Amino acid sequence: MLKIIIDVMPYAIMVMIPMFITALGGLVSERSGIVNIALEGMMVVGGFTSTMFVYYYEPILGNTMAIWLSLILAGVVTGSFAMIHGYASITLNADQVISATALNIVAPAITIFLARKMTGSQNVNLQTGVPRIDVPILSDIPVIGPMFFKSFYMSTVVVLLIGLAVWYVIFKTKFGLRLRACGENPHSADSNGINVFKMRYIAVFISGALSGIGGAVFILTVSKEFSGTVAGLGFLSLGALIFGKWKVSNVLYATFFFGFMKTLGNVASVNKDLRSLGLPMELYNVLPYAMTILALVLFSKNTVGPKAAGQPYDKGKR
Amino acid sequence: MSEDSIKRISPLISIILGLLLGYLLLLLVGYDGNSGFKYLFQGGIKGITEGKYRRIGDTLAQMTPLMLTGASVAFAFRTGLFNIGASGQMLFGGFVAVLVGITVDLPPVILPLVATLLAGVAGGLYGFLPGYLKAKYNIHEVVIGIMMNYVSVYLVQYLVKILIPGKYVIESAHIPKEASLKMSFISNIFRGSPLNAGFFVGVIALIVIYVILEKTTFGFELKAVGFNKDAAKYSGMKVNKNIIYSMMISGCLAGLAGATFYIGYTNHIKLGTVPTLGFDGIAVSLLGKNSPIGIFFSSFLFGYLKNGGSFMASSTDIPRELVDIVIAIIIYFSAISFVIEKFLNKLLVKMKKEGK
Repeated sequence: MLKIIIDVMPYAIMVMIPMFITALGGLVSERSGIVNIALEGMMVVGGFTSTMFVYYYEPILGNTMAIWLSLILAGVVTGSFAMIHGYASITLNADQVISATALNIVAPAITIFLARKMTGSQNVNLQTGVPRIDVPILSDIPVIGPMFFKSFYMSTVVVLLIGLAVWYVIFKTKFGLRLRACGENPHSADSNGINVFKMRYIAVFISGALSGIGGAVFILTVSKEFSGTVAGLGFLSLGALIFGKWKVSNVLYATFFFGFMKTLGNVASVNKDLRSLGLPMELYNVLPYAMTILALVLFSKNTVGPKAAGQPYDKGKR
Repeated sequence: MSEDSIKRISPLISIILGLLLGYLLLLLVGYDGNSGFKYLFQGGIKGITEGKYRRIGDTLAQMTPLMLTGASVAFAFRTGLFNIGASGQMLFGGFVAVLVGITVDLPPVILPLVATLLAGVAGGLYGFLPGYLKAKYNIHEVVIGIMMNYVSVYLVQYLVKILIPGKYVIESAHIPKEASLKMSFISNIFRGSPLNAGFFVGVIALIVIYVILEKTTFGFELKAVGFNKDAAKYSGMKVNKNIIYSMMISGCLAGLAGATFYIGYTNHIKLGTVPTLGFDGIAVSLLGKNSPIGIFFSSFLFGYLKNGGSFMASSTDIPRELVDIVIAIIIYFSAISFVIEKFLNKLLVKMKKEGK
């Protein structure tokens, strides 16, 4: 059993990290009152941006430079892409689910369209990605070493630091308090002099930026190839956000659990020890989704999510 | 022009804006937009005037599942529910149809009919859970729907592997010819087009939901729940029951879509992906303003565009994804259609003033 865990752990973390930052993107947006089921599409846009940048500029800038710049670029581009959702749902008071659905459909379409135009193929392979390193000294610790510090991605540290920053900004600063007020009770936020529209726009931009980076990290670590999809990881992040009750630490655990299950599902048919358990790979794969549904039922007695999420802010309404 | 006719033309404006932006995208990226759109528009109907019905047949074949997923989403919309889980229900229904087609021994014509009906039942059962959870626990059906889509993917994958495995691991076994909704007289008229009896299933379903929604007390109650839940409850309607029924009927329609797709259009199931037709259904229903007649036309339009998109992609170097981009833009403008309507209303008032 321990051997399975040690074997699976690095991959579980690899899958978890893009989900974690994407779920944080969802957290920021929903905390401000804007439901964001377009996480999947935003990840695709971020993944595409980063892939293309690395594809063209890695030979010029070198691996390290190209990769870090591509992550920043993915954040900026996807943040801007998210503004389409923001404009419809904040300024125009449109149905947030519908405008997000439009984004989810357009994202794979336009990225494949552009990838075909630029490279002639809808699959863009990357030779490298974020390099894997064995952390000196730490990776020699028994059990923990091979679990966490062997074949280690620097992007993991960056994402965890971003997570810490999001937690601090959203839950410990005045700005964060205001942002959350917009998601709980926009009218009283407004009467206290908070510009609800502005706060929500900022939140949606951050949401896009974080999910864009999530998509980029997914391509640069997990798939190494852009093909117009992030394999449902965006929707899974949404599940993790709910499963984690819209709290940063819980979202971290939720994404870890989901990543672990997803990895078990992927290696179930290959790994000797897992195969001897005789459980179908589909079981591991389905668990995160099923548990999200279960979590929703369990949480339903007392609302845990932002109260005003999904409702357009109408100044005249009380 | 009245406010009513403005409501009616606003979908047209969404379509025009969608196509226009698609065209601009082609020019912007450096494609030959004119020839692209020529093929896009020709592809869906080419040859129809010379008695060559293959291409229009393909268009109607593409339209068939869209008609049903569109009806599915629209039916739920009328009760104020957003059935984003149509894809999962469609896949599950389609699986049952394929399973019945392969394993059950019945005379031809009866077999595909039974398979289709059971697919509808399966889709309806699959729609029960989101409806029940919404009614009982007030959990948003969108999140449940999304999760259920993936549950469906893995559930079907597992069941296919143990019950009807195909030649390759990524697909199910193929159905026998007798189980197919493809009818030789249709194929003969449309020269081997994949058009099948599912088209009639779709048309009948649209008529049935028109009757339910417009001519029955049950339909009136469903719509009342959609308009104002509290008022419906106050006037003695069983809101929770109606929510569950509505979701199940919506699921049933999606299940039928699955049958027309998996035992009509293709004859096996590709595993591991969420069918996108359920999401396209959202576009169809929005553009059709959730009315059966509107859905008929909007599903035709999308079938026409999809078919034309394939023709465009094979005749030019423009990727077929252009069509999905156009569809997404149309959804977006449909989502903000009331802004367009408001703008037109203002314009109308202004014109009237100047006229006087």
